[in-house]
Parts: sequence; C-alpha cells; structure tokens
Amino acid sequence: MNKTTTLLCTAALIAVAGCTKKPPAKLPPAPSQTVTTPETTTTTNTQTNGVTPGSRADFLNQAGSDTVHFATDSSDIDSEATAILTKQATWLQKFPNVRVTVEGHCDERGTREYNLALGDRRANSAKNFLVNAGVNPARISVISYGKERPVATGSDEDSWAQNRRAVSVVPQ
Amino acid sequence: MKTLRLLVSLGLMLLPGAATAQNAPQPGPGPAPGAGPVAGQRLTVDISGGISQPMPIAIPVMPTPSALQTPAGPTDALGSQVSDVITNDLKNSGLFAPLSKGQLKPVSFPQVPAPDYGAWLPTGAQALVQGYVQANGDGTLTVGCYLYDVFSKTEMVRQGFVVKPSDWRRGAHKCADTVYSRLTGEGPYFDSQVIYVSETGPKKNRTKRLAIMDQDGASHRFITNGQSLVLTPRFAPSQQTVVFMSFENDQPRVYVYDVGSGRKRLVVNQPYTTFAPRFSPDGRFILFSMIVNGNCDIYRVSAGGGTATRLTTSPGIDTGGSYSPDGAHIVFESDRSGTQQLYVMGADGGGQHRISFGSGRYATPVWSPRGDLIAYTHLGGGFSVGVMSSDGSGAKDLTNGWQDEGPTWSPNGRVLMFFRTAKGSGKADLWSVDLTGVNERAIPTPLDGSDPAWGPLLP
Repeated sequence: MNKTTTLLCTAALIAVAGCTKKPPAKLPPAPSQTVTTPETTTTTNTQTNGVTPGSRADFLNQAGSDTVHFATDSSDIDSEATAILTKQATWLQKFPNVRVTVEGHCDERGTREYNLALGDRRANSAKNFLVNAGVNPARISVISYGKERPVATGSDEDSWAQNRRAVSVVPQ
Repeated sequence: MKTLRLLVSLGLMLLPGAATAQNAPQPGPGPAPGAGPVAGQRLTVDISGGISQPMPIAIPVMPTPSALQTPAGPTDALGSQVSDVITNDLKNSGLFAPLSKGQLKPVSFPQVPAPDYGAWLPTGAQALVQGYVQANGDGTLTVGCYLYDVFSKTEMVRQGFVVKPSDWRRGAHKCADTVYSRLTGEGPYFDSQVIYVSETGPKKNRTKRLAIMDQDGASHRFITNGQSLVLTPRFAPSQQTVVFMSFENDQPRVYVYDVGSGRKRLVVNQPYTTFAPRFSPDGRFILFSMIVNGNCDIYRVSAGGGTATRLTTSPGIDTGGSYSPDGAHIVFESDRSGTQQLYVMGADGGGQHRISFGSGRYATPVWSPRGDLIAYTHLGGGFSVGVMSSDGSGAKDLTNGWQDEGPTWSPNGRVLMFFRTAKGSGKADLWSVDLTGVNERAIPTPLDGSDPAWGPLLP
C-alpha cells in the first residue's frame, strides 16, 4: 500500500511538472471564450455547434465518412467510395495545412503477410484518388494494418465487408 | 548457444564394471542425416507412407549414482524429470507409446548399462530407454542415455551429454533425439526452440508479444512487452538473432534483434513499409518484402546490413520468400496471375516460375529443411496447411480447420507447426501435425499464439 501511495504521489508530481514538452506560459482560455481557429477559414461553412473547422470532427461532418470499403481481394474504388472520397478531397483542399494518414485494412479471411500488402494497396488506392482530385500527395501518408485492426468482430460476410476498408485519419 | 559436450566413452569413465569400452562416437548433434538402423538390428519404426502402430517403449525414471544438490534441484529428482521430458517428446511425436507410470519398474544405477530384460519383456515394450543423471564435480551434470532392444536383448546406442544444470532439459531432449533418430532413421528435432507471437485481448485490439519457448512449451519467456504490434518473428540459424516486424512509432518495419543484448536495428534504412522477413539457411542474408510506390516486392539484404537487392519486379504483390536448404532457390507467393499462388526462383531472382496449380489459392510457403517439400497455407473453402513437392506436384492438405495458416517446419522436416484461428472469437492457438497428416495436436502456450517459427536444432 505504501508503495502504491508513493507511486501515486510521484505520478501526480510528474503530471504537474508537465508531461508535455513545455509548460504553458499561461493558463489556457476559459471555455466561454472564442476558440483559436481564425474565422477566415470558415467563410463558406455554417458553423456547426462548437466543431472546430479543420478538425477531425469537422472532417467527419463535412465529408460524411472517413471510411471507404472494398470488395474481397480488391482495391478498386467503387461508386460509393468515389462519392465519399470526393467529399474528403473537397474538405482537404479547404484545409491545406491538415495532414492525413490513409489506413488500409483487410478482413480476417486472408493470410497475415499478403493482407499487409493488400491493406497497403487499398490505402494507396484511396490516396491516389485524393491526389487525382487535387490533394497534394505530400500531405498524405499511407499505412497498412493488414487484418490486425478489425472494426467488426464477427466471422460473417457483413463483418468482413466492414473490415475491408481504407480510413482517412486527420488529427483531432 | 553453447555446444553440449558429448562424452566420448561412457563405458570407461563413469560405470565401473561396465562392458568393454565402445569406440568413441564422434562429437556432434547425433547420427548422420539419413542414417538408418545398423545392419543386423531389427528394431525400427516404420514411418514411410502411413503411420504404423506407435512403438511401445519403456522409459523408466533415471537413477543417479549419488543424490546431490544442484542449482536445478537434487539429481534424483532430475532423473525423474529427465525421463518425463523424454517420455513427452517421444509420445508427442506420435510414433511411440511410452508405458504408463504404473507399468514402469525402478532401475538401479548398476542396472543402467545392464538392463533386466526379463522384467521388461512382459510389459510389451519393444524398446527400453535407461539412463542416469550425475552431478559432476565441476558444477556440470551428465545425462547418460542408453537405448536397448528388449526382444533381442541388445544395446542399440549409448551417449552422454554434459550440461550446465540450467540446461538439464537440453540433456533430456538430446537423449530423446538419440532414441528417436536411432529407431526411425529420421533426423532429430526435440532439442529446438520455437519463437512465436503470444496474443491476448479483444479481437479488435490484440496485444501481441514475441515469445520464445522450447518446442515442448517449456522455458517460455516473452521478449517484447506488447506496447507495439509485432508480427512474424523468425530465428537466424545461429538463434542469437531474430527478425520480426513491428508497428512501433506507427511505422511497419522489419527489425533485426539480438536476443542476448536486446539491441535491435532496422533491416534497411528506407522510408518504406517492410515486412515478411526470413533468414537464409546460412544466416548470411535476410529476405524481406518492401512496398515502394505501392508495389510490394521481395528484397534481399546482407544480415549485417547494407543496400538491399531487389529480387522480384512484377506489379503484383510478391511476398513471403523462403529459401531452399541449399540456399539456391526461393519459394514465394505472388498474385501476379490474379490470385495468390506459389512461385520458385533462383536465389538471385532468376527463373521465376509458378508451381501451384490446384484449386483455390496458395500462400505462406516454407521450404522443408530436408529440401524435399514445400508447406503452405491452402485457401479454399477454409484454410488448410498442406505440402507439395518443390516442383509443385503431389499437393495435399494435411489439416482441415476453419482457418489454419502459417506453417513452419521442425528441424528434421518431419513435423509442421502452424496456428489455428477460431471462427467468431478469432482466438488463435499453436498446433502441430505430422507430415503424414496424423497426430494433429495443440501446443501448450500460456496465452493465445500465432505466427510460430521453428528454430534449428541446437548444437
């Protein structure tokens, strides 16, 4: 018990001392004050309730979805994916400083190593669409998780279809 | 790994009153590859083709000339533990039926080189393994190992193994290997280790850690802490080094890892995804897959580091290279034809040709250490582990699970370990199966397991 208390105290000290790289020069603004993003970037949008323009929440709102899906063994962009990626591209062009990581994923019905490559193919497929739609490729990184990170846990066609995906991840 | 010292002449050194000294066997890991029974010896296990009945064999507790304390416990207790390890090895091979403890008789130390055949004959045992554990004066142990043909009342082989107390299990495995090889004509495989991925946690977010264990599941230890997703570890032939793939820093990369020092480095200094690593049989090269501009190909780099040589160039996914034991060829998987299939090429990338033509898809090929067969994952309705000749002929599935994948060969090319994933839960476990498709059994691990890689026979 003593040891735990000591550890907790130490942890508290560390937290207070600053896990962040630099201690803040002053306290952050109280919640009632306006948020930091300049208003010029939101000229064409109506403000959605408290969602910061350029944020992940804003991306999801405006693009509709961060995820496109694929057929078995395929990395082809179908019509539904086309529509989603087009909206993603539009948003990304509006916020040119936002970096995006495109993750590629597979369902469990494939072997480990091939799925790493297939996931990468899917991520690149989505990336190439975004690039062709005008997004600067230098902003886009790609990572494959193969079959390691499913979103649906069943072993059925519906779950597998959900897991065959590319996810465009922008910072919070 | 320290080489175990073989005692050259057991008869002379350790057993007063033993029969005339044998000619000194050459030090080494065991009989020459392919060595069959000595002419005139009738006792063999026939394992070509199908499996005949497992051979009844008696493995009584090994006595000790003097019960002394060692860092691994007292030598009389060790004698019992050694015979247990040997019993499990031989039973788990599927080729032997050890007598149950109730059928075994105590053996005194003087009886070790002079068995009481009359007592063993009625048990039905055809072979008898006797031995002893002795604390030598210098802090080492000797595990003595004798194999007898019960019917003809003859000694078939004797060997002794000098080990540190902490390596007592290796002495037991070496004895089991001696018995196994002598009776089957196959190469040994019990004195070996497996590296694999230990898994736990929910299906959406598994925690994976690299772990090493003896092939029988003993001496299990974790070598990574689970903070980063790790996949597909493989031993170098020397076993001091491991290659594996890790997602640390959100960058999927192959690392070369020194087990002793814990130091690791990237296999190549390139800003690209690398995965699917494997050592060459001589340990000089590492094969790996790298994705450059969306194209996945197989590369080779010197094990010490440097510039990689590209071996495949097709626009398809080329991955999963595995060398033939002579280092002259590489089998790999490619979807250049439209689906995953197996291909063989020369070690420099020339002469690439397809070898799989059955229904379904073929993946994760591994070349047997004996050179004769290639094992793979066959994707049909389910996933099965199968084998084919190196020219692709004779393909047959050995297992029939919902999702069996990722086979790895025992050092003697006789047993395949793989992992089996359960439908729904996604729980994965390690299993093994004999080359003939029999003796499919679960390998005990503390948590779940996947991506096993069987290391070479220890020296």
